[in-house]
Amino acid sequence: MIPISWYLLLSATLFCLGVVGFLIKRNIITVFMSIELMLNGVNLSFVTFAHMWHLVKGQIFVFFVMVVAAAEAAVGLAIIIAIFRARATLAVDRIDLMKL
Amino acid sequence: MHLILFVVFGGLCLAGALNLLLQRHPINSALSLVVVMSSLAVLYLLLGAEFLAAAQIIVYAGAIMVLFVFVVMLLNAGREERTMGSRAAKVVGFPAIAVVLAVIATVILKAQGLGTASLNDPITSTEELSRVLFHELLLPFEVTSVLILIAILGAVALARSGDGHPTNKTPFAGTPTGERRVSK
Amino acid sequence: MNGPLLFLPLIPLLPFLGFLLNGVLGSKLPKPVVTAIGLLAPLGSFALVARIAYLVWSGALAMPVVEPNAPQWISAGNIHVDFGSVIDPLSLTMLLIVTGVGFLIHVYSVGYMHDDKGYWRYFAYLNLFLFFMTLLVQAGNILLMFVGWEGVGLASYLLIGFWYQKTVAADAGKKAFVLNRIGDFGFLIGIFLLLANFGTLTFSEIAAKLAASPGWTGGILTTICICLLIGATGKSAQLPLYVWLPDAMEGPTPVSALIHAATMVTAGVYMIARTHFLFDRSPLAMLVVAIIGAATALFAATIGLVQTDIKRVLAYSTISQLGYMFLGCGVAAYSAAIFHLMTHAFFKALLFLAAGSVIHGLGGEQDLRRMGGLWKKMPVTFWTMTAAVLAIAGFFPFAGFFSKDAILYAAFLSGTNGKIFWAAGLFTALLTSFYMFRLWYLAFLGKPRSPELHAHESGWSMLGPLVILGILSVCGGWIGAGRMGTWLAPAVGARAAETSTNHTELILSVIAVLAAALGWLVAHMLYREGSRRAEQLAASFSAPYKLLVNKYWVDELYGAVIVKPLLAISRFVLEWVVEYAILGGLVWLLSGTAVFGGAVLQRWQSGNLRSYAGWLAMGAAVLLVFALAPYLFGLHGPSMKWAGW
Repeated sequence: MIPISWYLLLSATLFCLGVVGFLIKRNIITVFMSIELMLNGVNLSFVTFAHMWHLVKGQIFVFFVMVVAAAEAAVGLAIIIAIFRARATLAVDRIDLMKL
Repeated sequence: MHLILFVVFGGLCLAGALNLLLQRHPINSALSLVVVMSSLAVLYLLLGAEFLAAAQIIVYAGAIMVLFVFVVMLLNAGREERTMGSRAAKVVGFPAIAVVLAVIATVILKAQGLGTASLNDPITSTEELSRVLFHELLLPFEVTSVLILIAILGAVALARSGDGHPTNKTPFAGTPTGERRVSK
Repeated sequence: MNGPLLFLPLIPLLPFLGFLLNGVLGSKLPKPVVTAIGLLAPLGSFALVARIAYLVWSGALAMPVVEPNAPQWISAGNIHVDFGSVIDPLSLTMLLIVTGVGFLIHVYSVGYMHDDKGYWRYFAYLNLFLFFMTLLVQAGNILLMFVGWEGVGLASYLLIGFWYQKTVAADAGKKAFVLNRIGDFGFLIGIFLLLANFGTLTFSEIAAKLAASPGWTGGILTTICICLLIGATGKSAQLPLYVWLPDAMEGPTPVSALIHAATMVTAGVYMIARTHFLFDRSPLAMLVVAIIGAATALFAATIGLVQTDIKRVLAYSTISQLGYMFLGCGVAAYSAAIFHLMTHAFFKALLFLAAGSVIHGLGGEQDLRRMGGLWKKMPVTFWTMTAAVLAIAGFFPFAGFFSKDAILYAAFLSGTNGKIFWAAGLFTALLTSFYMFRLWYLAFLGKPRSPELHAHESGWSMLGPLVILGILSVCGGWIGAGRMGTWLAPAVGARAAETSTNHTELILSVIAVLAAALGWLVAHMLYREGSRRAEQLAASFSAPYKLLVNKYWVDELYGAVIVKPLLAISRFVLEWVVEYAILGGLVWLLSGTAVFGGAVLQRWQSGNLRSYAGWLAMGAAVLLVFALAPYLFGLHGPSMKWAGW
């Protein structure tokens, strides 16, 4: 018997940790991973609410989030590879020009 | 029982997230993220979402994170070095995110009527899920498949190594008009 | 209005049409067409005016003619101004002079300006002038008259500076316009005061209001009259605003004849006669008018004694004769002043046109000292000029005798001041006779001093008008002698002095003729062929001579006291205040803001992903706080009972 609020707090914490990671990490792949962490935190809160209100649609939303995250991961990593080929660096601070 | 499971796997989530932040090497961060994903799958099970728990493991932990690990190894990313960082991020971003967390926490704690979760709560069956997905949300489902197709095409196009893509080592490679210098 | 149709609006509009046609199309039309347009317009106006005059003379038309339904111009609150014309003896006389003499000068110009490149432009401007002048004369209210007033000033500027490539001419045009403008300032103040005190600007209504309050004299009426007088001194070249008229001689000679002798400069006199009901109520204003008139007449005559440019002599003579007209108005002899206006139009226009013929015949020479002996080479010009000189000197029975005499007699009769005015006028007549005969001797008599110039007589397009004006200079006085007063009385009021003759007048006339003869005698002694007395006189009285030759240094005085400080202040304000401080400051402010703002904002676009993320987080935090503010600060916690959509 756990209060629902604990799940929600956990989800909020995961999200905020993701943002912190985005802010402090130097490697672009790690930054991307923090984004995935943020998405997961949000997914948890969706599932929690779906459980609370017995809504299936909440879970379906999580389903779609996962799909989109997968697509995003694929394309994003492809971009990172392209950047790496052009810049030979994975440091976020060095990649600050739009021109490749 | 529920409590123990929650504490254990919730703790694992938090630990993994913190580890992701604290590790220097990206591969360690990636593996910590895998831990987070798996713990989240268990938490989904606790909340009665069995299909999602499975999907989490298969898709997230099994495909996406593997992709991450592949890329880390492909690019041979090494330890992070200390760089100058961004003052704006630290000065503006940290307080901001702290505020966000505080706000959300306040709202959640003040809320009434949230109820509780227990192991006896009904589980959402896959049949229920698929019924809603393929009846009411068929269009988004199909659109999502198109999205994946586009993502595939994009990823392939971006990551190809051919068509005159130069491998310059200098960051400011372009001429003023942005033309690429073809390496012979 | 009963009686036959008068086509009053056409009188100004025909010249305006001529102006439009010649102005817009003239450069592309062949010269004969331009001439035709330029001449038909004033001829048409003259024909209409002559018809009106005939109708009046034959009794078919009663004056004054008032249009019952003139189109409205301004109708705002209590101010109502319309486009009404008034035909009474005064305006009819003026119209006859303006259109008649105007037409003759148009004909003269055909010959004079024949070889000029701006032929079409000249006729366009001349027609424009005629439009405005007829408008001025015909106007039934003072505002419409002011439109004509300003317009003739504009036309004068355009025509004085006709050969604008010459800096002297362009400057002279500007000078005329600026001085006119100064006078117009006074005129406008007068109009405003009229409107404030009478509520209307129509002449007949103002006169009626004044007639209804017979005890109203002095005070504000004096102020109004003085203001109007300032305008008149500007337009009619009296002291102190006369300095533009000698410089205006830079324009073509027919222009000098028409505008600066016969018509435009007389607008001031006409205006005073038209508003005589105001001046009658203010003895102080009348005194000022008389003083200005007499002083100007004397002053200008003294300057004219020693000038060497033939047109300058005539210019100063014009100023002097205008002073006579003002003197006439100042002693309430309005019809005498208008009579002199008419005869002056005849002989002064003739003088100028003849001078133009001389200049044209000598190929542009204007210096009297280089002329001489022209009576053989240019006989028609010589004889017509002689008629004009005799007329202006005031010899019986030429035109000037009767009109000048009327003024002097009226001056003599009006109190102790009047005797002084009479004496000044008499002395001026002596001087006038002297310098006109001086001109006559120097230009026409004796041996030619510049035989190389091959003087020749002018063509008949130029000589025709000369002859007609010559006849008018001889006979013009007979038309009005003794009759002018009664003729103009309905418009300007009757004066006992103007409508009767007695012994005093006869004695004064004889004295005047003797003065004129004395002037001729002195001129003969000094300037006849072979006499060196003029130079000896000039040498022995060198100081006064220098004073006169330099026109009392009035231009230089004005330049130093008014023009230079004004220019200096304007330059200062323009360069330092406007250019440097305001514009420079403004530009600096704008550019500085843009640059500074850009510099500040530039640092935001660093390309640094992490700083972008930081600002994003900040934005999200702000939004969140905004959205959840009621839940956070007091109020009850959010209830999460909602389910399903």
